Amino acid sequence: MAPAMGFFTDTTVCIGCKACEVACKEWNQLPAANGGASTLSGDSYDNTRRLDGIHWRHVRFVEQFTPDRREGRWLLMSDVCKHCVRAGCLEVCPTGAIIRTEFDTVVIQSDVCNGCRDCIGACPFGVIDINPASGTAQKCTLCYDRLRVGLEPACAKACPTDSITFGPVADLRRLAEARVGKLHAQGETRAYLYGADDKMLGGLNSFFLLVDRPEVYKLPPDPQLPSRRVRPSALLSVLGGVMVGLAGLVSFRTRGRRE
Amino acid sequence: MNPPPSTLFTAAPEWQWLIVLYFFLGGIAGGAYFLAVLIDLFGEVADRPLARLGYLVAFPLTVVCGLLLVVDLRRPARFWHMMLQSETLRPMFKAWSPMSLGSWALLLFGGLALLSFLAALADDGRGRWPRLAVLRPPGALGTLVALAGGLLGFFVAGYTGVLLSATNRPIWADTSVLGLVFLVSGASTAAAALALLGRRRAAASRAGLTALERFDSVMLVLELVALIALVVSLGGMARAWLGVWGALLLIGVVGLGIIVPLVLYRRSLRTGGLSGAGAAAAALVLVGGFLLRVVIILSSESI
Repeated sequence: MAPAMGFFTDTTVCIGCKACEVACKEWNQLPAANGGASTLSGDSYDNTRRLDGIHWRHVRFVEQFTPDRREGRWLLMSDVCKHCVRAGCLEVCPTGAIIRTEFDTVVIQSDVCNGCRDCIGACPFGVIDINPASGTAQKCTLCYDRLRVGLEPACAKACPTDSITFGPVADLRRLAEARVGKLHAQGETRAYLYGADDKMLGGLNSFFLLVDRPEVYKLPPDPQLPSRRVRPSALLSVLGGVMVGLAGLVSFRTRGRRE
Repeated sequence: MNPPPSTLFTAAPEWQWLIVLYFFLGGIAGGAYFLAVLIDLFGEVADRPLARLGYLVAFPLTVVCGLLLVVDLRRPARFWHMMLQSETLRPMFKAWSPMSLGSWALLLFGGLALLSFLAALADDGRGRWPRLAVLRPPGALGTLVALAGGLLGFFVAGYTGVLLSATNRPIWADTSVLGLVFLVSGASTAAAALALLGRRRAAASRAGLTALERFDSVMLVLELVALIALVVSLGGMARAWLGVWGALLLIGVVGLGIIVPLVLYRRSLRTGGLSGAGAAAAALVLVGGFLLRVVIILSSESI
């Protein structure tokens, strides 16, 4: 078993070049959206808009401007599957298509998935979607095929500013802590790490350095596991079953006695 | 400033009309089987035709449910991956995944519903194998099939709500009472369906129909309470229903599907059952049960 591998994405050095998106698409042979015809979002330079079955990296553009556009800033973040230590998609998958690899990453086996789409609603981050080319749920594999032969994932390789760093999660966490410390020392006191410790879903093997609240980057402030609802829902359903059963008994038995 | 609910940051699984229909028919199938068992085990001999009707309804509906689910897959030919691991052919089962558990429950329920279906046919003397009647109560084997099938019927009617909650989607994952709501609604719609069919085919005695209407009235009250609990448990997320969905829930599900049928059932029960009011009530209960699933599934899908 290799050490847990992951990504550290430092949003403060992302320049929005989208080299990671392109490298990901090329390596993983992902089809173009809309048959290659351009689909502009119209209100942003971000025309990818979200992660889905054919976009496994997405450079999110957060454009914070005053109404008169005199002041403003860009927040750029290359979003990707978080490869959660406790993964909601893996939890619910009824076919066993979603597995945890020897690199502690989460991978969907496309030849097993039957497209039930349970994982899409289960992912706390909205990462997964159906790839229309395969009819199966797909997402970042952390380049499982490249990892197996000792290469780093295509996005990290392509990133020109090292906003995306790949490596053993333990090393990445140390690197990230140091980076936060440095930013704080330089006066950027808003910098913090999202998902770098065990508190969030057991830890995100792909975690982020942010300088604003998570929701500004369209990240959930408090992601949860889908299984949290199973026990209370099941107990309440059993209670309902008992009540329905009793009502049935009363309805059909008293009739027998009365006649 | 309070952070927004985390369920808003997720993607929709695109469970649409096929799933709505499955939830509706699955509830009726499970509920009809449960009612048939109840009548077989505790009811009058005179109502055995009503119970028979329940078995005759449950199995075909379960087949339709299975087909709906297979067609809804993006890779329908791989439906069996839910049952067997595709490479090793070992059983695929995850007790903690409601969809895995539900797939197995639906398969097993379908098997038992088939046995009861055959027994119900044989009971009439019309089947080719009259000895299959032993698969229906009274008798030890028949009772065993009925009890196991009745429990699985409950499961099939209710697990769908638990499945929705075991995601991270808005509304679905913001409450724990959906399983309860669907279970009660399944029992209610099944009673309505049996009351309607029993009346048409004169399969039910007047007393049997009265019992069904009384039972359904209790279910409707329970459903109303469960729906109130649902809205309360949603907290701030209930605001997602301010608008068309809320109107549909209030007018369609609660008004037309619960309150009006309750009034009509009352009138029907006062006149001793078999009135047109009872039939109208049952039809409205079916409409309300369908709309309930439309609102709950599609309102989350549209966020």
